[in-house]
Amino acid sequence: MSSDMTGAGATRSASHFVASVEDAPIDSVDAVKLDEKPSNLWIDAWRDLRTRPMFWISLGLILLILTVALLPTLFTQTDPRACDLANSLAGPGPGAPLGYTKQGCDIYSRIIDGTSTSLSVGLIVILLTTVTGVLFGALAGFFGGFVDTVFMRLGDIFFSIPYILAAVVIMSVFSENRNIVVIALAIGVFAWPTTARVLRSEVLRVKNADYIMAAEATGLSKMGILLKHVLPNSIAPVIVVTTLSLGAAITAEATLSFLGVGLPPQDYMSWGNEISAAQRDLRTDPQTLIYPSIALTLTVLSFILLGEALRDALDPKARALR
Amino acid sequence: MSGTTAAQTAKHLLEIKGLEVGFKTQNGVVKALKGVDFTIDAGETVAIVGESGSGKSTTAAAIINLLPGSGQILAGEVLFEGKDLAKASRKELEDIRGKRIGYVPQDPMSNLNPVWSVGFQVEETVKANGLAAGRKAVHAKAVEVLENAGLPDPGKRMRQYPHQFSGGMRQRVLIGIGLASKPRLLIADEPTSALDVTVQRRILDHLDTLTRDDGTALLFITHDLGLAAERAEKLIVMYKGRIVEAGPSLEILQNPLHPYTQRLIAAAPSLASRRIQSSSEHLGSIHHRVDDAASSVDLIDAAELRVEHVATAAAGPAIEVDGLTKVFKLRTGGLKTEDFTAVDNVSFQVPKGTTLALVGESGSGKSTVAKLLLGLEKATSGAITIDGRRSEKLAGKELLALRRSMQPVFQDPYGSLDPLVNIGATISEPMRVHSVGDRTSRRERVFELLDQVALPKAIAGRYPNELSGGQRQRVAIARALALKPDIVVLDEAVSALDVLVQAQILKLLADLQGELGLTYLFITHDLAVVRVIADNVAVMQKGRIVEQATTDEVFDSPSQQYTRELLDAIPGAGIKMGL
Repeated sequence: MSSDMTGAGATRSASHFVASVEDAPIDSVDAVKLDEKPSNLWIDAWRDLRTRPMFWISLGLILLILTVALLPTLFTQTDPRACDLANSLAGPGPGAPLGYTKQGCDIYSRIIDGTSTSLSVGLIVILLTTVTGVLFGALAGFFGGFVDTVFMRLGDIFFSIPYILAAVVIMSVFSENRNIVVIALAIGVFAWPTTARVLRSEVLRVKNADYIMAAEATGLSKMGILLKHVLPNSIAPVIVVTTLSLGAAITAEATLSFLGVGLPPQDYMSWGNEISAAQRDLRTDPQTLIYPSIALTLTVLSFILLGEALRDALDPKARALR
Repeated sequence: MSGTTAAQTAKHLLEIKGLEVGFKTQNGVVKALKGVDFTIDAGETVAIVGESGSGKSTTAAAIINLLPGSGQILAGEVLFEGKDLAKASRKELEDIRGKRIGYVPQDPMSNLNPVWSVGFQVEETVKANGLAAGRKAVHAKAVEVLENAGLPDPGKRMRQYPHQFSGGMRQRVLIGIGLASKPRLLIADEPTSALDVTVQRRILDHLDTLTRDDGTALLFITHDLGLAAERAEKLIVMYKGRIVEAGPSLEILQNPLHPYTQRLIAAAPSLASRRIQSSSEHLGSIHHRVDDAASSVDLIDAAELRVEHVATAAAGPAIEVDGLTKVFKLRTGGLKTEDFTAVDNVSFQVPKGTTLALVGESGSGKSTVAKLLLGLEKATSGAITIDGRRSEKLAGKELLALRRSMQPVFQDPYGSLDPLVNIGATISEPMRVHSVGDRTSRRERVFELLDQVALPKAIAGRYPNELSGGQRQRVAIARALALKPDIVVLDEAVSALDVLVQAQILKLLADLQGELGLTYLFITHDLAVVRVIADNVAVMQKGRIVEQATTDEVFDSPSQQYTRELLDAIPGAGIKMGL
């Protein structure tokens, strides 16, 4: 065959071109470049986040909401429970910048006071779903087989029940002693499978990497591999899901309170309760409903925006596509 | 041949002038091609050779204006039959693609749509290029296309889906699609890089026949200099977006003028293997032309060095494997399982301080042997003796002790380092696991190891994604050496690397072996590499060892048909190096 080729080559006049070395200088092969700053997934994600206005806006809002929840007295001195029926549905006045509810309570101070309720419910829920979800998801994905089957079918059972429906039932059972922990449990008990599934699929991807096999060959124990190599490499999507579900948990609390199976209105300030109480006066006095709704929307939105920003920053593939 | 007469007229089939291509990134436009000029005449076979990042695939994509992502042609002309494709409209391009210029993509595994039958995808091409009208005619044409591509029983196979085809068969389908409308030019971008060598050889032979029969010009993109020289009349060597050398293949091989080409030739295992066979004086001129000695490696020198030190090494087996068998249970739907024997009664010995190469194509069971040896899988039967100790029954502390004396290096330099652990911590991990030394002594050892694999100390604080493939593989080798093992299992450890880097790592491995008296089990599919690194060779086929002998015996007088096939399939084996 090669003789054929020499024959074909001979009939054609292909000239031998050589670029001058000045035009195409040669680097030393595989030289080490150390002029750039260190980087890995987290450092890169932070560099990426820093340049996103959406990250700073949502972070600013969340910090503001946290401050309101922790130090409500910084924002209002009015007692949200000191209501005077004489002010029923009155417009904005001194000490009440957003007007009064039907019961004559200051809308502004009630919204400020409700912040801590919403946030505490949200935080307890994600604490619960993250701990449960990470535990079940990581063990199921890493050990596979029987463990996987048991944990994931358990998750499927919980997943098959709409968590709002389940929460309504649980709250009805606990009608006597409803409090923040009970409502958070009612929401969280049925929400963890999402986290578990996300983590499990990541763990499945990571555990087949060569560096896991290399770690095994050095003699690192199974648990050591899971904690040192598998989890750090698979936790990023969980952080995104957690941020997003914090918003969802706050909405769920408001929904339950709106339906009358949430926190008792006489004991807790809750945006859901405010919206529920205001619905009858929506046509005549929309401000009683609109202001708590804005507070709810703003809080949920800032967590969702933060989650989106984190997702974009932590997923290098999404970054490359933009 | 009609192509030859056309070529002798002044007009070229394809003429590329001053082609510049850029990719938009966050830091502005990065030029991938910096002014490329070449021509292809009708019926001619031209190969573009280069390492990753040289711009060879970008050139191919730019010709048919199918640049990926943010790529765009910045300047220059792509004249195909006198028409500038760089400025052609979308409609004109669609008419030319497929019909006048065929394209065979790199990866046969991902370039057929898994949800459509193979027949449907071929018929689609036939229809899109207007090769036949009417259902029956289209079907008949599709069968013909597949038949020409060398697919057995095409009528029946058309109803099958891509996952039912082997890699070689899929590549035949893609070549069939590429040649369906008898294009004037066929662009093949690394068409066989993902395939076994024997399959590669059959496919390329077939492609040669097809293009020669139809007088189709072939632009062939590859990273393998030996393959390029064997298959093409004209060779274009690219480096960092520029052509550094171009001309008739044999002339370039025998008389490379640009230092980069000289380096490539010195480092290409397929050619080195060929050069060892031919008399070394004949091509001796290449040696002293390589001026930058620090960063270039001549594989022949490395091989000679190895032979010298092995002669002095003491005998006595470091690894002894006897009747090793591994049976996997495959699920065949439902609760039924089927036995699959991945490793079948394998026995071999590796004397201390030497290298045994375990060679085989994909599915031969060679990687399973590595996993069994490392204790990552449990053997079904057979005995593994490491330094006189039976290893397959060890557990707990004894297994941990065994792991100290035997470490692996894996194929994929991008997958074998944890991306979130910095280099220093990666290398010191084995020491921490085995509680060797304290913080300071471990630090010292990390620096010592980095020095041994020729990496700067400053790299310890870096993360894997900042390093090139070759650097990562050095880190993986440093990690394997951290516990001062006696045995290193190298599972395709240089297969994913560019030629020059591969040569450097091979040299590093040889140096380390001489320095530390290491025993290597070198697992590879590439017989060409074996010649420069191994003392003994065991050839595996379908789970069994079919031939086992010293490297020289295997290369000079292979006793098995299969070994001969493997040897013949080494790219470059057919080149007459001016002998």
